[in-house]
Amino acid sequence: MWMQLDYANGKDTRSGFGAGIHELGKRNPNVVALCADLAGSLKLQDFIRDFPERYVQCGIAEANMMGIAAGLTIGGKIPFATTFANFATGRVYDQVRQSIAYSHKNVKICASHAGLTLGEDGATHQILEDLGMMQMLPGFTVINPCDYNQTKAATLAIAAHHGPVYLRFGRPKWPIFTPADQTFEIGKAVMMKPGTAVSLFATGHLVAKAIEAVNILEAEGISVELINIHTIKPLDEKAILDSVRKTGCAVTAEEHQQLGGLGSSVAQVLTRHFPVPQELVAVQDSFGESGTPDQLLVKYKLDTPDVVAAVRRAIARKG
Amino acid sequence: MASIDELQQLASQIRRDIVRMVHACQSGHPGGSLGCTDFFTALYFEVMDRKPGFDMDGTGEDLFFLSNGHISPVFYSTLARSGYFPVAELASFRKLNSRLQGHPTTHEGLPGVRVASGSLGQGLSVAIGAALAKKMNGDDHLVWTLHGDGELQEGQIWEAAMFAPHNKVDNLIATVDWNGQQIDGPTAKVLSLGDLRAKWEAFGWAVLEMEGNEMSEVVRTLMQAKANAGKGVPQVILMRTAMGKGVDFMEGTHEWHGIAPNDQQLASALSQLAETLGDY
Repeated sequence: MWMQLDYANGKDTRSGFGAGIHELGKRNPNVVALCADLAGSLKLQDFIRDFPERYVQCGIAEANMMGIAAGLTIGGKIPFATTFANFATGRVYDQVRQSIAYSHKNVKICASHAGLTLGEDGATHQILEDLGMMQMLPGFTVINPCDYNQTKAATLAIAAHHGPVYLRFGRPKWPIFTPADQTFEIGKAVMMKPGTAVSLFATGHLVAKAIEAVNILEAEGISVELINIHTIKPLDEKAILDSVRKTGCAVTAEEHQQLGGLGSSVAQVLTRHFPVPQELVAVQDSFGESGTPDQLLVKYKLDTPDVVAAVRRAIARKG
Repeated sequence: MASIDELQQLASQIRRDIVRMVHACQSGHPGGSLGCTDFFTALYFEVMDRKPGFDMDGTGEDLFFLSNGHISPVFYSTLARSGYFPVAELASFRKLNSRLQGHPTTHEGLPGVRVASGSLGQGLSVAIGAALAKKMNGDDHLVWTLHGDGELQEGQIWEAAMFAPHNKVDNLIATVDWNGQQIDGPTAKVLSLGDLRAKWEAFGWAVLEMEGNEMSEVVRTLMQAKANAGKGVPQVILMRTAMGKGVDFMEGTHEWHGIAPNDQQLASALSQLAETLGDY
């Protein structure tokens, strides 16, 4: 087995965010946290305890929160506006577009409970369109880290980046497989395992499923190149093209609608520069529903066997 | 300190700029711009503490946010006449490759503008954020805003209205252009605002009222609000204005909310507005 995943000792990616923003509170006096009545879910307790004067509780009023965040930048603050991913994007899209994106405000929108793995709350909260919406906004950086350590590192990195950022993470405990001491480079894909037969590009929680798929395929002698795409925009086009020039086919895996996510972005790169067969593991134009995260990943075809099957299809199409 | 007479002369020139800008590109919003000209003149030339030049953070000076961005003509003319950019640039209003976009924006780097507005209801929240930043930075200057009365139909306004008193944002002075008109007709017909004073008071704001086209009353009320700042509550000024003020055929009707005068109408309007500082 190439890499053993430890589900028993996993941590939620939102706790990686909580640890990251607490660290930022110590490092940078301009960092301000905002939340819309979900401070516990966003793991802001340590930040609020140690930096109460830099915490803004907005109540259940996300539109106002996004405007306040934009205003705080006028005066040099670095606001981290936090809530669930649905309320951080779809609910406030026009506020984010006009007051933050078009106005070039240095706001970090940090969103938890993204995707199906939110689980039992169901489709009202399981946003699967957020990456598409946010990457369409000119000038926005969009990041979707894969585990606790990468989420913490990404949180630290976006504070040092000037410009609006959407950082997406989730609710469930998830295996940790990236190093605690990693430096996070925005826009730079992470090569996790070189290979020759297929390029597997995964993002967010689906990187773990991709790792499990690699374990299965490598046991059969299929050489998979696994690349962790934590930054959806700007996309690391060079890493993608370098890989497919070697392997000749691609698979993408994400916890998002097929339309507008990583898969369609990779397809655009391939179409323009180096067309090869591509298979997409993503949600197929549907809403989610209540269930456990594991049940939902199976039902909506985002599980390890779905990644394995997509790899086989991609390789078969190479001809 | 400018005299009331000097401020009125400035206002006359700004009104000329407004109708000329809107006429030149045959688009834009003259009605609300003309109604709010006295407020802008008093605020920028008499009331606000402003530093020379422009930096985005605005530390150590008062800030103004225009939330009803469609009255950009009065904002642009006021900024130009206040020295933020050359008056000649007013000729580029709403034209291709201009910094003077139809609705104000930071995108082209126009000095004096700190956030984009146009999609209504967002400016009060942004102003609250800027006011909080001033408090965090130990900067005791004020943040001013202007909103349309029709804009108060947006829900985000009331999210912000609830936030500011709860958090004692007392370095914030909001203003409502209470002209009773919106695009589709009188606000009383489109969607009644009800008892506006009672609404703001119920949310916890200190409420002032003024006749927004009486220059001496505008200056007096704005100075009073400035003196009242820092007492634990945000303030809102309900400003009664006539849409289209200063041009008789535009006055008091929603018909001139968003249309431009033709050549003949322009000549008529300019004949009613003295050229005091020289046209751009």
